[in-house]
Amino acid sequence: MTRLFIAALICAAGFSTANATVGAASAAPIDVPDTMAERMKPCTICHGESKADAAGAAAMTGRDAYYPRIAGKPEGYLFNQLRNFRDGRRYYRPMAVLLENLSDQYLMQMAQYFSALKQPYPPPERMVSSPAEIKLALKLIDHGDPARKIPACRECHGKELMGTKAFIPGLLGLPRAYMIAQFGAWRSGGLMRRQSADCMSEIAKQLTAEEANAVAAWLAAQPVPAGTGPGVALSAEMSGRCGLGQLSGTLP
Amino acid sequence: MKRSLLAAGSFLLVFQGASLELSEASAMRERAATAKPDAKATAKAAAPNSLKARGEYLARVGNCMGCHTAQDGRPYAGGRSLSTPFGTFVTPNITPDKATGIGKWSADDFWKAMHEGKSRDGRPLYPAFPYTEYTKVTREDSDAIFTHLQALRPVAQNNPPNQIKPPYNLQPLLSLWRSVYFKPGIYQPQPGKSAEWNRGAYLVQGLGHCSACHEERNPITGAWGAAGGETLGGGQIMGSNWYAPSLTSSQEAGTAEWRIEEIVQLLTTGVSARATTSGPMAEVIGHSLQYLTKEDARAMAVYLKSLSDNKTARPSKFMPLTRADASGSTAPALSEQVRDWLQQGAKIYKEHCEDCHGASGQGAPGVYPPLAGNRGVTMTPPVNAIRSILNGGYPPSTSGNPFPYGMPPFAQVLNDAEVALVLSYIRNAWGNGASLVTAEQIDKSREGMH
Repeated sequence: MTRLFIAALICAAGFSTANATVGAASAAPIDVPDTMAERMKPCTICHGESKADAAGAAAMTGRDAYYPRIAGKPEGYLFNQLRNFRDGRRYYRPMAVLLENLSDQYLMQMAQYFSALKQPYPPPERMVSSPAEIKLALKLIDHGDPARKIPACRECHGKELMGTKAFIPGLLGLPRAYMIAQFGAWRSGGLMRRQSADCMSEIAKQLTAEEANAVAAWLAAQPVPAGTGPGVALSAEMSGRCGLGQLSGTLP
Repeated sequence: MKRSLLAAGSFLLVFQGASLELSEASAMRERAATAKPDAKATAKAAAPNSLKARGEYLARVGNCMGCHTAQDGRPYAGGRSLSTPFGTFVTPNITPDKATGIGKWSADDFWKAMHEGKSRDGRPLYPAFPYTEYTKVTREDSDAIFTHLQALRPVAQNNPPNQIKPPYNLQPLLSLWRSVYFKPGIYQPQPGKSAEWNRGAYLVQGLGHCSACHEERNPITGAWGAAGGETLGGGQIMGSNWYAPSLTSSQEAGTAEWRIEEIVQLLTTGVSARATTSGPMAEVIGHSLQYLTKEDARAMAVYLKSLSDNKTARPSKFMPLTRADASGSTAPALSEQVRDWLQQGAKIYKEHCEDCHGASGQGAPGVYPPLAGNRGVTMTPPVNAIRSILNGGYPPSTSGNPFPYGMPPFAQVLNDAEVALVLSYIRNAWGNGASLVTAEQIDKSREGMH
């Protein structure tokens, strides 16, 4: 890469005299840092710049609520989502177009890069729920509903709801509207079409709209605890239910 | 799925610009290489020796997998939809499954499809399968590809039928079209050209089926594989909002003034100091051209570079708000209104584009394309440049450029008027001169995005 870049610079230098006829094109070429941050500009235009200051933190929520935070999410989760977007299993056209010609190897690099980013979290959203809605949300988050085979959110997404390595994303620090949209996508089966590990789809189908909204509102209103990251292990039962062993085998 | 028709693609060519003096040394090398044609050398792939391995290589060159694989589907099992004005074609399963694939085919059957454009049962095939180009492939190469396909693991997969609109679904019409525009015949090496040039022509005109995209496809005039040879004069890619630029015009993607090495680099890595690929061409490079042997890549480059420059400007439907003058320039007259628009565009450029593409449009050749003198942005149809601004994109990951830099999408950042202003500015800054772009054109491109 560096070699190519240097070659490009040399070529450009060689061309500069020939360019005289185009007027201003004799200006020195832009100095491009050979970094992942520079290569990820097409991502950060929506998902936010990697700046460790307050402005950067605010930008992490994106220009509107539909561009979720990706910094610090488990790398296996990010890698799977990147492949799902590219291969049409998770349908969102702008992502598909952006990734269509990229290799698994590059997508893994992207996942590792964003997973390792330590970004400050945005302040929580204002709580918009009634006490009854909060109670409903906490019941599902802490205990689930065994009668409907709904596990507690914490069982898979981690005690602190910050995700579980390597595939399960954290739930805090995300916009409410984004999470409601994801519940809808899971329910309609649109998020992970044709993927066998469809446990979240089954759960979302069991949830009523009121329940999904209450959970999303509660989660969005929680501050992100300092110094947390994804938990390391998932119970064997949950791992089996979601076919995660199978997924691990797909990491390059 | 609105993907491009036929996986061969359009260059979104991004050029360093101004003409380069052709290096004396390379010109001399080319003259030296101009020897007698050699039919054997033309047909002989420089790839591995076994028939199956050679077939695998040639199938890559023809990008068979590109069309015969659905998105996220099993390789070669078909099922990809190609949307065209004639209707939707669904590619067939070409794995050796006996019931749903081509397991019952013989090498003769396969040759009949490749060379004559006829199915095993004798029915004429629609030229969505580019037999108008594949007819130039030698029997030897066809047999090698067939051997490779027959060695694949059979996949039992039925695909939905084609949905061809009337009257195109009428077989007599297809037969009539064939009788007028299709003439079977393998590539005939041109006397007086080098073996390398002929090998390049064989690949570009045959398996590479470049003309499937880089030529206007018109059901009336039937330029689709018109007998008498290809023009590679550029055209809108059917079923997609991409323009595949002319490979002969110095105003578009003609490479007459490039060094051979630059063409090879673009074809095999997806980027060069002269240009960057995106869209369908990036797909073709990612799936196909990056696997070319050095010799074949060079041969293609030698042939492409030799294509004459016809300097044809595109039809006027692409030229709103232009001033037609004696020089053929499509740049707008600089009225006060136009100056104001361009100034507004300059502001947007400064805010969103300048960091990477430079205050003088100089860019970082090979990384961020220069926009000054960039034919990809100044060529008359602005659709590719519009698409790039709206959707962004990366050149392909290739072994020569595994982790490419990319262009961010601006569809959600800039509105139609802003995209029109900034692109109009880019098309008329730093010595560039091209027609203004309207908000309506941006809107139309957005429609094509879903």
